[in-house]
Amino acid sequence: MFGDYSIGDLSSIFVMQGFAGLILFSVYVLMALGLAIIFGQMGVINMAHGEFMILGAYVTYLCSSFFQSHLPSLFPIYFFVAMGLAFLASGAMGMLVEWGLIRHLYKRPLDTLLATWGLSLILQQAYRSIFGPREVGVELPSWMMGSVQVTDTIEVQINGLFVMGVTIVITLGVAALIFYSRFGQQIRAVMSNRTMAGAVGIDTERVDRLTFGLGCGIAGIAGSAFTMIGSTGPTSGQLYIVDTFLIVVFGGAASLLGTIASAFSISQTQSTLEFFLSGSMAKVLTLLAVVAILMLRPQGLFTLKVRR
Amino acid sequence: MTNPVQTLSKSLTVNDNPFMKPVEWLSLLLLAGVILVVLPLALDAFRLNLVGKYLTYAFVALGLVICWGYAGILSLGQGVFFGLGGYCMAMYLKLEASSVENTKIQSTPGIPDFMDWNQITALPWFWTPFKSLPLTLLLVIAVPVAFAFIISVAMFKRRVGGTYFAIITQAIAAILTILIVGQQGFTGGINGITDLRTLNGWDIRTDHAKFILYFVNGGLLIGCILLAQYVKKSKLGRILVAMRDKEDRVRFSGYSVAGFKVFAFCLAAAFAAIGGAMFTLQVGFMSPSFVGIVPSIEMVIYAAVGGRLSLFGAVWGTLLVNFAKTSFSESFPDLWLFGLGALFIAVVLAFPNGLAGIWREHIEPRLTRRAKSLRPPEPIAVPRGVPHGAPAE
Amino acid sequence: MAKDTRDTETGLGSPLRRKLLMGLAGVPALAMMPRGAFAAPPTSAVNTTGLAVTDTEVTVGILHSATGTMAISETGSIQAEKLAIEQINAAGGVLGRKIKIIQEDGASDWPTFAEKAKKLLVNDKCASVMGCWTSASRKAALPVFEQYNGLLYYPTFYEGLEQSKNVIYTGQEATQQILESLNWVAKEKGAKSFFMIGSDYIWPRTSNKIARKHIENVLKTKVVGEEYFPLGHTQFNSVINKLKLTKPDVIFTDVVGGSNVAFYKQLKAAGIDLSKQTLLTISVTEDEIDGIGGENIAGAYSCMKYFQSLKNPNNEKFVPAFKKMWGEKTVIGDVTQAAYLGPFLWKMAVEKAGSFDVDKVVAASPGLEFKEAPEGYVKIHPNHHLWSKTRVARAKTDGQFEVVYESPELIEPNPFPKGYQ
Repeated sequence: MFGDYSIGDLSSIFVMQGFAGLILFSVYVLMALGLAIIFGQMGVINMAHGEFMILGAYVTYLCSSFFQSHLPSLFPIYFFVAMGLAFLASGAMGMLVEWGLIRHLYKRPLDTLLATWGLSLILQQAYRSIFGPREVGVELPSWMMGSVQVTDTIEVQINGLFVMGVTIVITLGVAALIFYSRFGQQIRAVMSNRTMAGAVGIDTERVDRLTFGLGCGIAGIAGSAFTMIGSTGPTSGQLYIVDTFLIVVFGGAASLLGTIASAFSISQTQSTLEFFLSGSMAKVLTLLAVVAILMLRPQGLFTLKVRR
Repeated sequence: MTNPVQTLSKSLTVNDNPFMKPVEWLSLLLLAGVILVVLPLALDAFRLNLVGKYLTYAFVALGLVICWGYAGILSLGQGVFFGLGGYCMAMYLKLEASSVENTKIQSTPGIPDFMDWNQITALPWFWTPFKSLPLTLLLVIAVPVAFAFIISVAMFKRRVGGTYFAIITQAIAAILTILIVGQQGFTGGINGITDLRTLNGWDIRTDHAKFILYFVNGGLLIGCILLAQYVKKSKLGRILVAMRDKEDRVRFSGYSVAGFKVFAFCLAAAFAAIGGAMFTLQVGFMSPSFVGIVPSIEMVIYAAVGGRLSLFGAVWGTLLVNFAKTSFSESFPDLWLFGLGALFIAVVLAFPNGLAGIWREHIEPRLTRRAKSLRPPEPIAVPRGVPHGAPAE
Repeated sequence: MAKDTRDTETGLGSPLRRKLLMGLAGVPALAMMPRGAFAAPPTSAVNTTGLAVTDTEVTVGILHSATGTMAISETGSIQAEKLAIEQINAAGGVLGRKIKIIQEDGASDWPTFAEKAKKLLVNDKCASVMGCWTSASRKAALPVFEQYNGLLYYPTFYEGLEQSKNVIYTGQEATQQILESLNWVAKEKGAKSFFMIGSDYIWPRTSNKIARKHIENVLKTKVVGEEYFPLGHTQFNSVINKLKLTKPDVIFTDVVGGSNVAFYKQLKAAGIDLSKQTLLTISVTEDEIDGIGGENIAGAYSCMKYFQSLKNPNNEKFVPAFKKMWGEKTVIGDVTQAAYLGPFLWKMAVEKAGSFDVDKVVAASPGLEFKEAPEGYVKIHPNHHLWSKTRVARAKTDGQFEVVYESPELIEPNPFPKGYQ
């Protein structure tokens, strides 16, 4: 397949292909980070994760139409406002759900799956009733469109760079929060031993609620960022859910570093395979590889070494 | 439907352990009566066929009671086995429907129409066994069970369990769906295998045939319930429960935990496969939409609504959810998902043991009290006070 | 909870209650009787097969997905069918009878389509059904229509390879849609190489097969790539790199659903400029552009039989009527228009046959001409497809299309094309 092309063409394609892999990697990290907190740290199987993402996407949509009609001068920077609001909306919704639903189910993790599945049906229908069954188009400011010409043949997508930037910021933020802040310390304490954490005076209920809210809020930011590359409709959230869970499980549920490592390996495999094979087969092979590795190493790539 | 659910008091004492207690015989009789007598009399052919379709899902729910409720293995990929069973049956029926005279407008007569559309000129090798009915009936069970065996041996030998197992089975469901859809020349793709007509010369599309198939289906379901009850009451069933509650202790007592888990998983797969095959026969086609994640989760929900520890509850739960789904969606085509979602949440939050739990905790004690007040000397209901097992985690 | 169960069951099961409800539903209809009833032929004459036809009413089913992933596409069809039926009722109905709609939700799930189709035919005795969208839903429902001798008006452009006594296909089959536009792009753009990208299911695969045969055997040019992605796939950067490597003259796409949105957004972001690169799609109508965003797809060519911007007197009446009923912001795509044809074609066939009986309506259908169609003029072919024109149009940033080419003649539908299989 490469016989007809010059070395220069090929090398620039490979550079761009590497970049495509990095974008996919960022997308996967963004998808999985919120879930890694909720599923990995709290053990809650949140099937409605995709719907929290779509909530963020709809918030972005509302922002874009609001800025277009009322504050056209600020339209170029609306996306940052939208991401902030998406975080708040999804986070608030997450805390509400934790209060109304999840906190009754901490002792029954598999039941959270059923309850959140019901929740995801309700949310989908709510989006459909409010925003209509059709997809909505989110208009982007013009500076976020198009690509940067690096050399004559290498082009880099601006929205790809943007997603990567967002991913880096969020990941560092979450890492700082969990590993270096007092709140992060409390989260880790509650997750490793709830009773002891309670005994030393940590308000475990509050920590649970905020953690769940944080995970959902990150999902909201992811959804907001994905309006640049994907569709926004009542059922769009379903597109992400399996991949997301696989990434978290593959990485080793209790490890944020693992999530990042697994997002990296899955995205690179898939993006490389997609280049050499047809899209469907690439997907099947990637999933098969993940399942095969999980059978050999069920605890995932990284595990937290704790005494249980 | 006056007496919907019957309890299964999980007595662990060995001596007091007949195959079925009187009250269980009663619930079996009730279920059989409703399925085989009341519904056929009360419903027209169309609704009865719908019930028949729902009851095929009950096979899956039944398998989940054994594998999830008793052995503690939650599988989110039961649709895979339901689908494999259904596809095996559909392949046989499709070959029969694709006789040379039925398909003479094709460029290669005698092969299924979708193969012809995809420029396949000869029957693929894995279709050939399905020319024979006995072989097909064997494969309907054998293929899904073999598949379940491979998955479960690989996983349980390495002690994959709990949520990991659930998510991996989910991924397998996703992979199989993509494969079936992608290989449309061999599988019919997203359309599935449609336009099935006869079973060994017998037209399965007529109302009369559907009526008979309904009873075959009902009979098989009751057979499966009895088999499951047998497993549950045997020593094996008690080991499964022990394993669910304290896996390490069972292992330290010298049992091969993996072996028992594999058995439970394979049994559930076999039930699902029977359901799938009966589905194909009654509905007249099979499509990859049964293999995927959504139906697999829905089937878990049937078992949860019925009560994950109750074999009879699983059947009632399946019927209830599907009736709810059909009637919500017929009366409120725009809003029915709200109702369905709320039902799932309500079941999980308020009735973690499902219909069976409601019966056991609210209705049965009341009935017992009334029975006692009516006839003080000899109480009919089960002796109370046996501790119920904790939910399956 | 247990009580609910009981209610649900008897509610579904009791034929008595259903009859009662039907009787109640008939009361308001009786009140309307004087208008036009005098002209109506007696029910016994026009309905000999036990359909749901009374002296004042005839029942028609609508069967589309109002929920699930396909609701995005099928909503337009539901709206168009309701509009058409309302217009027919306002003009006096069919054989003096008002059309009563029973709507069922296929929920984007093929088995549900089969179940609901059966309900509409067996339970509700619908005289005809407007419905189905995806090929899979039609394939699932088709045996039901054939077994119970129902009549389905199917609106979507589709892959062909089918012809049923019980279906009237109001959309185009693949050769009608594709061949003319390939000829156009070869002639107008001098296209020599094609790259085909589709969602992985039967319609894109069959369409691409037909396109490939035409490109290789008739146009004597070449296909440099053919790629399929699972439905719902959202990452297209790798295939976009392949596009950059192979530099085809034409990108030929039939990606559907949410993937469509992702594909065009990423194409635009990757710097592929559709004003320079020719892209021909057979899966993007005004409905899809709503989600994709006009600015992301402007410059692409789409080939369809209908575009909202068509200029003819019929369409100039149709578009405002549609917007009046469903809101100023709604758009009308090809399938929506095809769905609008269904009720009218049925009405004309019923009136020509002088009966609601499915066999007579089917027999009366071939050769029917509908001169008021928004797309211009259509005629039913004996193979139950429509003669229609094919148009190529260019997408604009406002989400509308500008027609750049129109086939001079009506194109004959040919669901089993020789040499393309």
